[in-house]
Amino acid sequence: MASPSTRGAAIDLKSVSKHYGSFIALDEVSLRIEPGEFMTLLGPSGSGKTTTLNIVAGFTEVSSGSLDVGGKSVIGVPAHKRNTGVVFQHYALFPHMTVSRNVAYPLTLRGIANPDREARVRKALDMVKMTDFGHRFPSELSGGQQQRVALARAIVFDPPLLLMDEPLGALDKKLREWLQLEIKRIHRELGTTFVYVTHDQEEALVLSDRIAVFNQGRIEQIGSGRQLYDEPETLFVGKFVGDSTILRGAPSTSGDETAIDIAGRKVTTAKRLPGGVKPAMLLRPEKLSLARRGMGGQDRNTLPGRIGEAIYLGSGSKYEVVLADTSKAIVRSTLDAETFAIGDEVDLIFAGSDVKLLADDEKADLNLT
Amino acid sequence: MERADGGQLGPLPVAASATGSRDTGPAAAADDRWRWFRGQAFWLVAPALLLLVVCLGLPLAIVTLRSFSEPQWGWQNYVWFFGTPVNLTVLQRTFAISAWVTLVCVIAGYPYAYVMTVVGPKMRLVLILCVLVPFWVSGVVRTLAWVILLQDSGVINSVIRSLGLGPVKLIRTQTGVVIGMAQVLLPFMILPLYSVMKAIDLRLLQAARSLGASPARAFAQVYLPLSLPGVYAGAIIVFILALGFYITPALLGGPRSTMLSTLIQNQVLSLLNWGRGGAMGVVLLIATFILLALAAPLSRQPHKTGSRRQ
Repeated sequence: MASPSTRGAAIDLKSVSKHYGSFIALDEVSLRIEPGEFMTLLGPSGSGKTTTLNIVAGFTEVSSGSLDVGGKSVIGVPAHKRNTGVVFQHYALFPHMTVSRNVAYPLTLRGIANPDREARVRKALDMVKMTDFGHRFPSELSGGQQQRVALARAIVFDPPLLLMDEPLGALDKKLREWLQLEIKRIHRELGTTFVYVTHDQEEALVLSDRIAVFNQGRIEQIGSGRQLYDEPETLFVGKFVGDSTILRGAPSTSGDETAIDIAGRKVTTAKRLPGGVKPAMLLRPEKLSLARRGMGGQDRNTLPGRIGEAIYLGSGSKYEVVLADTSKAIVRSTLDAETFAIGDEVDLIFAGSDVKLLADDEKADLNLT
Repeated sequence: MERADGGQLGPLPVAASATGSRDTGPAAAADDRWRWFRGQAFWLVAPALLLLVVCLGLPLAIVTLRSFSEPQWGWQNYVWFFGTPVNLTVLQRTFAISAWVTLVCVIAGYPYAYVMTVVGPKMRLVLILCVLVPFWVSGVVRTLAWVILLQDSGVINSVIRSLGLGPVKLIRTQTGVVIGMAQVLLPFMILPLYSVMKAIDLRLLQAARSLGASPARAFAQVYLPLSLPGVYAGAIIVFILALGFYITPALLGGPRSTMLSTLIQNQVLSLLNWGRGGAMGVVLLIATFILLALAAPLSRQPHKTGSRRQ
């Protein structure tokens, strides 16, 4: 195998669109993926992430735009000539072939003969820890085992690019978390460019170097997990990645300050949006704190509320607070903080500087359900 | 706002649940109940079984018995059958014609069944109707229609003539018999093929392509092997039905395309020789069984035979 640094291919999508009749599946999407990068395409179903993957794999033709892989345009190149590994959610192992023959299949197609072929099959099965299963048929394996074989089959021919379409979507949570770490390890060992499609934001955070958040056929934001969490550029990204509280109300501005009126109580932040844009405030759960009604936080924003749900997490607690305007806030508190019970009257306290002031987008709500 | 559990996805079966859990209490109890139910459920097949015994088993036993007992006890009818060259020729021809009919049905039925799996629901309904309509028309009527089509001055020959080619002898030839029988038997090929093909995950072809297989290779190495159980099932049904065909070869065939059923009819109804007719029937039956036994290993699916336990 070549050294990791030279193995991955760069991918460059420029203004790629895909139309199905009048339906726009992808709308002018541009995305550059660096060689060897682990890029996750994250978004709800129908957001265009799988369409993008299918375009890169060669299963779907673009309506317009350009696509370069490894510096060469692959528009019009059929899937079987792209030398790209693909792992599917439904495993797609050939049921009439044993595990060994499944993994050997891409090598057979490339005319690689036996001593070499067998060695590479073994190496790939070793990598996914399925060495002893070569003689089994896929129907004799569990879902997690089948997916590991599918992964071995997709990497055995050393593709410079590996695409994965919700590969863990059909597996239960424990298995999923373990396989996430396995995939991360394999990415590190291979140095191949990985493009990973998921609707699961936690999975995206665990795996990726960078994440592209898709919504309605467009990319909302591209960045590391930390960037998306700390500095969401749109309300949709803020809501989709991590837990969040959204405050909405009649806005007013004075100088550089924006205030929002929530059931008669004003909360402010020293931030402003460009004129004419309706603002919404987004707050992460750990930036919010709780106090019993009237017990502090005078110099900061406070909103009255009632505990609607209290969840003990072990490392702390998570509360759902129902505010006066019936919207809900999510608060995470540490172990040593005061605890509250359902029904307790509380004040929700936060600093104006922790507020992310974003353009309000009603559509961001609809898409999540 | 917890959305990370992925619960909205995942229509797929998790095979993990199929392993282990053999000796746990509730499962074992369910097993017992199921065994009891299976014991009772046997009675549900009793009417069909009775019908089979009375209407098939009994007459078959009588025919077999008479093949040994008429005109007197002994093997004389079988000695006669295998000692008369024309019988052996007809037996061989019966198998040959049936094999040709099967081949024609596979070639015509395979693409048809494939198209049925890829078209939209409306078109599929039309295609299924096209397969089934011949079932609703009497076999005699269909065969007489073929007589009109195949005769020397018939539609097919006038088309051939208009293309500047000489008339082709179809009626009262083996070719004519094969054409007519294949048309009648085609549904028996298409329906089992379709039921196997529609269970093939077309996404496997996509997977094969991503691994470097051209569309033709993906078809030959993935789709075709997975569809073979349907081909075998259809071929066996068509072949066996073809062996016993009577009306179509009798009407479309000539003396040199006589099939065994015609000879049997001749013995039993014209010559009233039940012994010889019965012997011919038994020979045909046994030959069919032998052939089935030879074909059986073919239709076994390799990936279904392994043990599921780990």
